[in-house]
Amino acid sequence: MRGFPFFLVCLAVAAAVFLAARLTNNGYVFFAGYVVLQYVVMAVGWNILGGYTGYVNFGTAGFFALGAYCTVALEKLVPLPLPVVMLAGGVVSGALGLGMGYLTLRLRGAFFSIATLAMAVVAQTFMVNWPFVGGSAGAFVIRPETAEYFGIDYIRYLFLLMLGLCVIVIAVARLIERSRLGDGFAAIRDDELAAEASGVPTLRLKLFATALSGMFLGMAGAPLPFYVTYLDPPSAFSLAYAVNTIAMPLIGGTASWPGPLIGAVLIATLQQVATVTISSAVNLLIVGLVLVGFVIAAPRGIIGWFGLDRRARAHPRRLAVGRT
Amino acid sequence: MSGTLLEVTGLAKRFGGFVALDGIDLAVGAGERVGLIGPNGSGKSTFVNCLSGTLRNEAGQVRFDGRPLDGLAAHRRTRLGLARSFQLPRPFLSLTVGENLRIPIEYVVHARGRGRIDVESRCAELLEMVGLAGRTDELPAGLTQVEMRKLELARAMAAEPKLLIADEAMAGLSHQEVDDILALLLQLNDRGVTIIMIEHIMRAVMHFSQRLVVLVAGRKIADGLPDEVIRNPEVERAYLGE
Ligand SMILES: Nc1ncnc2c1ncn2[C@@H]1O[C@H](COP(=O)(O)OP(=O)(O)OP(=O)(O)O)[C@@H](O)[C@H]1O
Ligand SMILES: [Mg+2]
Repeated sequence: MRGFPFFLVCLAVAAAVFLAARLTNNGYVFFAGYVVLQYVVMAVGWNILGGYTGYVNFGTAGFFALGAYCTVALEKLVPLPLPVVMLAGGVVSGALGLGMGYLTLRLRGAFFSIATLAMAVVAQTFMVNWPFVGGSAGAFVIRPETAEYFGIDYIRYLFLLMLGLCVIVIAVARLIERSRLGDGFAAIRDDELAAEASGVPTLRLKLFATALSGMFLGMAGAPLPFYVTYLDPPSAFSLAYAVNTIAMPLIGGTASWPGPLIGAVLIATLQQVATVTISSAVNLLIVGLVLVGFVIAAPRGIIGWFGLDRRARAHPRRLAVGRT
Repeated sequence: MSGTLLEVTGLAKRFGGFVALDGIDLAVGAGERVGLIGPNGSGKSTFVNCLSGTLRNEAGQVRFDGRPLDGLAAHRRTRLGLARSFQLPRPFLSLTVGENLRIPIEYVVHARGRGRIDVESRCAELLEMVGLAGRTDELPAGLTQVEMRKLELARAMAAEPKLLIADEAMAGLSHQEVDDILALLLQLNDRGVTIIMIEHIMRAVMHFSQRLVVLVAGRKIADGLPDEVIRNPEVERAYLGE
């Protein structure tokens, strides 16, 4: 399927998801569904850097929270329509990705990952000490009852926006996979020296991947203040974001977009169900157990397990962790 | 311009305190076939790595096709027309054999902006040339070491270079296969590609080279007509006599 028809199919699926959610006539479905969709964006976006180029980013929470804090700051300065705010959060987080990439991409493997983790810690410290966005005390954001223009309940509006972002991130990820860019990313993941020798401008491509991946993580975080209505550094920079976002592609399969999509839907749904039936405290336990199970039983993720991905078969989990 | 294609002056490279290359001078004319030999560890691959930008040399200059390459990233050098194969094959393991060749076609041939070529038929042609016909959809992990060498050579050829440096592309090949690759390289040279061949198989080097260069312990000790070079007493002592 070519790019545009695929985009239309995605839109149709998204519309069906939205209608199905409406049919349940249950506000909680939107409330929980939002989180699942947020993780779809995060997992597919993370995978552009982590899965395609093999650079494992542990700093997900930093990008995500930066997008959220961008919203808090903008809300105080100039209230804008949420889609514009999301775009702004994406640009800021994308810029962070570019800067981080520039400083760290000469590092390989685990060293790169540790540097991204450090970046998230620095970002958190920065926010704790910035009173304008609430500092360590946190900030309250008023969630409107209904969305302007749309006239629907605001949580449904957030759900709809996140659904739209899912369509965009999946379409972009697929476009990359099928383009020269995707080939270049795969070459980088497999062997950077050989990639350079084959004409691939590795530094430029890696910078593009960190910026794009960071942008999607930031956009996923931008609506968060309206969703939670209260944002403080410990919750915005929660380790759970990083852990979940890495685990989901690994569970689904990192070679192409269906992997992180499936992983995110599976894990985030399980977590949402567990939050209601047991407690949100078990969420990290769930992802931990599932991940361990997959590492042992299906190291190539769900996609690889079913042999759906030719590339996944080639080499299990060729991520840069542990390679230098 | 059929003058000098590659001009290396005073090239030096160290690893820590170890001097791997000690002021190498070398000029290679356009269309020439040069053999580069030397004992194990004499610095041949290091020399290639410095030329191709995989390693940074501390001193000396490399001019290629009339321009200095100093500080230029490896991918830029490949685009300028300097391609090399790696001594230990470095295939892209998650890509098929065909996709391995597609990378240099997309990133070098198409990036040069002189029109696009049909990727699939070009891949098939290259694989045919190196004796891997019909293996397009296989994964490199399933290839033998010898086949990986052929893929390595095909990938360097896919960049359509002006200068091809083959770093022991024939190690481990059978007598017949060596002849096949030799014929292939001679054919490429016939079409105007300048070739530097690094090889331990003397039969192949002697057959192929118009000129022979000898490295010993990071120094160039001989450079001239093959028959004369191998009779050079210094070469015999340092290299052939060991
Ligand atoms: N990255 C490196 N770090 C440290 N030392 C190195 C490195 N690469 C090569 N060397 C050393 O430099 C010397 C030259 O190595 P090189 O690989 O260039 O030799 P060579 O002539 O290609 O040998 P061979 O015929 O075995 O391929 C060797 O002593 C090797 O141990
Ligand atoms: Mg060597």
